[in-house]
Amino acid sequence: MKKKHKGYAKYGYLFTLPFTIAFLIFMAYPTLYTALIGFTDLKGIGKTDFHILANPLENFIKILTSPTFHTAFKNTVVLWVSNFIPQLILALLLAAWFTDRRFKVPGEGVFKVLFYMPNIITAATVAILFNALFGYPMGPVNDLMTRFGILDAPYNFLIKKNIARGVVIFIQTWMWYGYTMIILISGVLGISPEIFEAAEVDGANGWQTFWQITIPNIKTILLFTLVTSLIGGLNMFDIPKLFLMGGPDNATLTTGVFIYNQAFSGSYMYNRAAAASMIMFVIICAVSGVMFYALRDKDEEKIHKTIRQQEKEYRKKMKEAQKK
Amino acid sequence: MKSNNHHYAAKTIIFIICVFLAILSLFPFVVMIVNSTRSTTQIQQHAVSLIPSSYFANNFKILVGKSFKPSVGFLNSMIISVCATTLATYFSTLTAYGLVVYDWKLKRAYFSFIMAIMMIPAQITMIGFYQMVYKIHMTNNLLMLILPAIASPSMVFFMRQYMVPALSLEIVQSARIDGAREFYIFNAIALPIMKPAIATQAIFSFVSSWNNLFTPLILLTDQKKYTLPIMISLLRGDIYKTEYGAVYLGLTLTALPLIVVYLALSKYIIAGVALGSVKG
Repeated sequence: MKKKHKGYAKYGYLFTLPFTIAFLIFMAYPTLYTALIGFTDLKGIGKTDFHILANPLENFIKILTSPTFHTAFKNTVVLWVSNFIPQLILALLLAAWFTDRRFKVPGEGVFKVLFYMPNIITAATVAILFNALFGYPMGPVNDLMTRFGILDAPYNFLIKKNIARGVVIFIQTWMWYGYTMIILISGVLGISPEIFEAAEVDGANGWQTFWQITIPNIKTILLFTLVTSLIGGLNMFDIPKLFLMGGPDNATLTTGVFIYNQAFSGSYMYNRAAAASMIMFVIICAVSGVMFYALRDKDEEKIHKTIRQQEKEYRKKMKEAQKK
Repeated sequence: MKSNNHHYAAKTIIFIICVFLAILSLFPFVVMIVNSTRSTTQIQQHAVSLIPSSYFANNFKILVGKSFKPSVGFLNSMIISVCATTLATYFSTLTAYGLVVYDWKLKRAYFSFIMAIMMIPAQITMIGFYQMVYKIHMTNNLLMLILPAIASPSMVFFMRQYMVPALSLEIVQSARIDGAREFYIFNAIALPIMKPAIATQAIFSFVSSWNNLFTPLILLTDQKKYTLPIMISLLRGDIYKTEYGAVYLGLTLTALPLIVVYLALSKYIIAGVALGSVKG
């Protein structure tokens, strides 16, 4: 029996082999190569040969002390935080309304479909569409605002730094709250209905139920949403790149756009871009590490520990028995 | 009675908010689609109109007269998305099968490793990836955008979580007794059982591959190899600066097929999003 078991083990390796090979070629090697380039003098279009710099950390120091990188990093964090908060509030509200047992929102199904729709449209299309919508002098937003008398004359919105940032924040919120809402709804539906019934019997109102039953019970999903959104946010590229090319005056420049511009425009500084990538990589790893620590299933871990303990004891007993 | 009134008011407010959000979701796309049929002069006079005009063909002529080639972009995007999705779903299911059905020494470690690399975004490693592809002269080869899909860690994770309860090892065992080979068992028995999970993951894999801008933008320099998102980025360039009608039409050509497919499959897509979040 045991022999047969071993015979099948090789298929475990065999079936996971394609993944392993593709991972090594397309993920592991490029990661290490990027890290290496970060220590070299590799720059200039079409160049592939490089030498390690006299001071290998030069690129990292240059990036970490670059005011443009600081701006980009600050923008990235600001853009993410200020789109995540309204996104989460909106998604939580909608999830609470759409799962309320006491009344059903008419047309709920249609609303869900429409709220999620912006998420599947190509981000490149959305970015250029919004650029056109806020066009000056006669974009649709200006047209509506002058027609309804909100503005006397067309306004050039997108040369103002704060408005440009605000629109990027709006686009990100608009594209993602529907997604977050669906995830939170599935989380709320996963809570056992008995808990809600008990709360109802105890006379809890909607607000109390929301804060004391719903929120604590979807903590894991909230954390999952937070981390995936943060990692996505740290890589924000399509919208800021195509909406205003990082402008005006770097107001919507994110680290993703910064890295792209370093490597694929101007003097093609692959080394600086690689160093910046690695800095972002470390930040993302730290964030993921915190998530894994927070998300680890404590109960499961306990069970595994007990099983391992039991196996050990069992083996010990077997050994002793064999000795005898 | 009073609480009933209160209830009714709350319900009305919620409904109004939902209607407002729904309009917000639709408005940009309505403006886009209507304006794709209007001339640049009409758009300049009034950029918002709900009445379609008759300049669709004219806009199309202007659009394709310059560098925007919707059919080329569509074809390349289709090749990449279909191939990448096929590879990703097949090999992710295969990898998950290896992790669920067989007992091997490194199984647990391998699964932990897959969870660990799930969060690594492709963007971070792009400089090394570009240099590697450039060195072997494959920058304009679509294969470089397809083959990486074989290693899709988050899809493997999803497939494994789905497979554990769905695939009973007794079925595998009885197929073995009937003399079936391991690879045959996977293709003939496991794959059909995994169909619902594969369908869900295929949709998302297809959409994300279809919408991907970053990697193609870096690798593809040959206009004949451009994907749709790169074609879209051309609309931002100077050559279309004053051709409003043509720009809206270009955007419509890229967004409308997605909207139609989405509305047709919305039931499955939304169920899929919900399913993906429930970690088993």
